[in-house]
Amino acid sequence: MAVDTRTPKVAKAKPAATPAKRTSSVALKIFMAVTGILLVLFLYAHMIGNLKIFFGEGTFDHYAHWLRTIGTPILPNEWYLWIQRGGLTIAVVGHVVAATILARRARRARPVKYAHRPKVQGSYAARTMRWGGVIILLFVIYHILDLTTLTLNPKAESGHPYANVVADFAPGRWYVTLFYTLAIVAIGFHLRHGLFSAVRTLGQQKPRGEVIARATALALSLILVIGYLSVPFAVLTGLVD
Amino acid sequence: MDIQVRVWRQSSSEDKGRMVTYDVKDISPDASFLEMLDVLNEKLILDGDDPIAFDHDCREGICGMCSMVIDGVAHGPERATTTCQLHMRHFKDGDVIDVEPWRAAAFPVIKDLVVDRTAFDKIIQAGGYITAPTGAAPEAHSTPVPKKDADLAFEAATCIGCGACVAACPNGSAMLFTAAKVAHLGLMPQGQPERDTRVIDMLQAQDDAGFGGCTNAGECTTVCPKGIPLTLIGRLNSDYRKALRNR
Repeated sequence: MAVDTRTPKVAKAKPAATPAKRTSSVALKIFMAVTGILLVLFLYAHMIGNLKIFFGEGTFDHYAHWLRTIGTPILPNEWYLWIQRGGLTIAVVGHVVAATILARRARRARPVKYAHRPKVQGSYAARTMRWGGVIILLFVIYHILDLTTLTLNPKAESGHPYANVVADFAPGRWYVTLFYTLAIVAIGFHLRHGLFSAVRTLGQQKPRGEVIARATALALSLILVIGYLSVPFAVLTGLVD
Repeated sequence: MDIQVRVWRQSSSEDKGRMVTYDVKDISPDASFLEMLDVLNEKLILDGDDPIAFDHDCREGICGMCSMVIDGVAHGPERATTTCQLHMRHFKDGDVIDVEPWRAAAFPVIKDLVVDRTAFDKIIQAGGYITAPTGAAPEAHSTPVPKKDADLAFEAATCIGCGACVAACPNGSAMLFTAAKVAHLGLMPQGQPERDTRVIDMLQAQDDAGFGGCTNAGECTTVCPKGIPLTLIGRLNSDYRKALRNR
């Protein structure tokens, strides 16, 4: 039966207007994977340093002072530290810029939302990468103002990091510990998906490798979360004072 | 069985579109989802209404034409099944079923549930070919292919290009499609001469068409009617990195 489906003349769909020659999304992701891995390496080094707090005030403060002398006498005092800070800043800014470009593209790629949209597969970690990243960035800014520049630290004694940390996580300042905990858990989720995702972005393609990458990402994230949270909770419970 | 469908109606690409509810009565549980829509369309035509436009062709699950998101899932609730092979017995009497087109900027709606998938053709045109002398088919044994590679290439080649991966992806990314096409040629000896240019050109075509980037969420492979594995995206990434280095 021939049926006139009454398709109006304007029905010819126009392709989405997009700028020609976009930067490759895979190149942006490779860049994010590399910068992300550098940042995770820093997080591990930072965590190992943090754990020195369990060896007492002397060890912890001595370690903090030693950081300023890395590279001497070839480099003047604190130069290594500033080079590392510069490198980390470039990595963070690059990571965020690439993520923003990709997030804006993703938003534009689906202008009309689904009326009915259940969550099918994506893990919680995968779904919260973008907003989790924003929370982590805000935390890093607060953290630098708190324990590097000491602007927001209640003790703010330059050269005495042990005392500053203990004052920071005092029971009376439970909201600081709460924010710190939330941020660390956000980092845990971010890395659980991020590390696994980075490995695939860098070319992992074996089914067995997927299993290993997932398990390793989970383990590395858990170790980081436990390592970082042990310090404020040790202060809170009086184990470190 | 009696059901209700809420279908996306959009008269043209210019129209804003809306969900419209229809009652469908006395449907056989053995009817396919498309046959259910055929029955509804016959009723709409008899009532003097505009029938629902939807894409379909072979109705055997191999052509890649049918393209609808059923209750929020591309190709509906059955795993590894195209809409045409989805049967009404997987729904319950009295169900309200939402039916929407693929949602992606690169797949503009032409009418109702029909979207324009030219963007996929552009990706294929950019590199989905090999250069070989045409004429009589060559002796198949003249180019040996390791069994493992042949199997992997065939697995990738089962992609029917329906676009469900794009429809399901939270970023509207076409990575699973592009990855399958790049892998199925890149795994064969005949595909080696263009292996590097293929991956660069097809990715460029994909990005320029307005698809989003991959975040390894894995939604695509869940809805893929052919079960194209996510590991192929890792292969695409690896091929791309090597191609950049060789350039």
